[in-house]
Amino acid sequence: MGKRSVIPFGPQHPVLPEPIHIDLVIEDEKVVEAIPSVGFIHRGLESLVDRRDYNQMTYVVERTCGICSFQHGMGYCEAMEHVFGVEVPARAKYLRTIWAELGRIHSHLLWLGLLADGFGYENLFYQCWRVREKILDMQEMTSGGRLIFSVNKVGGVIKDIDKEKLDIILKTIDEVEAELETIKDTFLLDYSVQSRLQGVGIVTKEQAHDLGAAGPFARASGIKTDMRKLGYAAYPDLDFEPIVSATGDSYARCYCRIMEIFQSIDLLRQAIAKIPNETDLFTPVKGNPDGEYFMRVEQPRGEAVYYVKASGKPYLDRFRVRTPTFANLPGLCEMLKNTQLSDVGLLVLTIDPCISCTER
Amino acid sequence: MSVLKYAPEALKNLFKPPVTTKYPFEPAVYPEGARGHIEIDIDDCIGCGMCVRSCPCGTLSVDKMAGTWSIDRFDCIACGYCVEKCPKKCLHMIEGYQTPGVKEGAVTYTKSPEQLEKDRIAREEQAKKAAAAKAAAAAKAAEAKAAAAPSGIEQAAAKKL
Amino acid sequence: MAEVIHPEEQIIEIDVDQLLTKAMELKKAGFRLSQACAAFVNEKFELSYSFAEDKTYQYTTLRVVIDTDTEVPSITDIVPPAVFYENEMKELFGVKIKMISLDYENRFYRIEEETPFGPKNGADASGEKKEEA
Repeated sequence: MGKRSVIPFGPQHPVLPEPIHIDLVIEDEKVVEAIPSVGFIHRGLESLVDRRDYNQMTYVVERTCGICSFQHGMGYCEAMEHVFGVEVPARAKYLRTIWAELGRIHSHLLWLGLLADGFGYENLFYQCWRVREKILDMQEMTSGGRLIFSVNKVGGVIKDIDKEKLDIILKTIDEVEAELETIKDTFLLDYSVQSRLQGVGIVTKEQAHDLGAAGPFARASGIKTDMRKLGYAAYPDLDFEPIVSATGDSYARCYCRIMEIFQSIDLLRQAIAKIPNETDLFTPVKGNPDGEYFMRVEQPRGEAVYYVKASGKPYLDRFRVRTPTFANLPGLCEMLKNTQLSDVGLLVLTIDPCISCTER
Repeated sequence: MSVLKYAPEALKNLFKPPVTTKYPFEPAVYPEGARGHIEIDIDDCIGCGMCVRSCPCGTLSVDKMAGTWSIDRFDCIACGYCVEKCPKKCLHMIEGYQTPGVKEGAVTYTKSPEQLEKDRIAREEQAKKAAAAKAAAAAKAAEAKAAAAPSGIEQAAAKKL
Repeated sequence: MAEVIHPEEQIIEIDVDQLLTKAMELKKAGFRLSQACAAFVNEKFELSYSFAEDKTYQYTTLRVVIDTDTEVPSITDIVPPAVFYENEMKELFGVKIKMISLDYENRFYRIEEETPFGPKNGADASGEKKEEA
């Protein structure tokens, strides 16, 4: 038994640009315990509810995170629509689905690039982000913003995507799919990539369940859960199955996310084929909200929970967003135990951490 | 399992042109409807303040009397909510990002002198009308009071007795 | 067509002393902790502990309504991932939670103001201030 010592990881670390600090208790080269601490960039977005009315909050909530911004806005609006008891027009539901899936593709591609960068494969990193750029262009073309869309509204959406633009999206995702094939082969079959990912940071199904893991992190450990099955937006009309892997190591998490990109491409095709022709894009909402609701949305990083509580005033009593990274932190600490110090950077990356989201 | 899976693609990339735009030498292309920055047709503005109340980050301010509208570009998040709320539709979201400035602070737009003069005349007319209406109302009230007063005195007198 | 499950969400109001037993029951029934949060409404704390089931997508929330000076037992012994949620409640709202397995002692978020979401200084916060000092 070696001597124990503590090595700090972060808040600035080359492997991820966001501030998380982990105290690693190590014995020789092996991590015995990991104690995280966050809170470097707490912005207090949740407390803005008592100064901004529920319509303005849509724009505030959306800016919780830059990567899954659309899904944050959508989750908040869906929760408010449940409180008001309004039904969103069918076309708006499909538009939300299309934007959400575009967001998922770009988020996963970003993560794949970061992962490649994490294990030192610069070439692959640039290739992933090169493909991602096409998706960003689609987002800018349809919504007006590259990452922050601002198209959601309590009751529906503001902008429409016309026929020509939908055709351009179809054409682009065909190209993206073709380019993804090589990336997929490299990630899943290349010898050097496999030796970095396979068998590292194993989380069993029981551990993942006990630690409340969410999203691809839980699915990689064999928990078949996907909040899209709850049937918000247009997901009830689309055909898909959660992608599950059994091994629970870094390779499984990589596999799940790559397969989810292909699943999202498939969902986009289904949604564009089925989108109804309507002119209504939103249902007008009248009066002030009264009631409470827990809304769950499947973000690229996992299950996000939005809690709204209102009591008949234009300002909400409480708004709370529990982001997926917050739920995955306990899993991360468990995963880091008994791993080599040199793997820590990569392992932190495999939960797809989004620290700014976590602290709001 | 295979080695050098990515090598063919990497070699191809060596000879492909870059995907990025050489920006200062080539113009940046913004798609139609991109949310760049906010501009105002100041002469159409009625100074109602809807945009000020709707802005989530409190970046706008309006002075109705002076005919000015100002925006702090550093605070603006380009969400477009004020554009949606404007009753006169004089706010617009313009493609292309705000050009960098040399100092921080609000940019103020002032109405043209002709429009200011027009507004002033309109305001004076309105003030006259309001004054006339007020005078009429006051006269009416005085009349009513005069009519009601004797009865009041009578009542008081009745109470005393 | 995909099978869609959307069971009604349950909110069960319980007393503080029932919290541990109820949390244990839910854990035994195969639920995982989805989130826990506090709200400060009408001069009272409303704590919500939400549990989710991954097979049926059932969502059950335990709701505890307490006065600002009531002590709440920590559920971290039963549900370990509650650590961060409870630290958050304690730090942002000033909920008195005792026996958290990993207590950050109000240093979870690095914020200047103490309990920014909780009772405002003045009326009934004086007692709390003393204890934290």
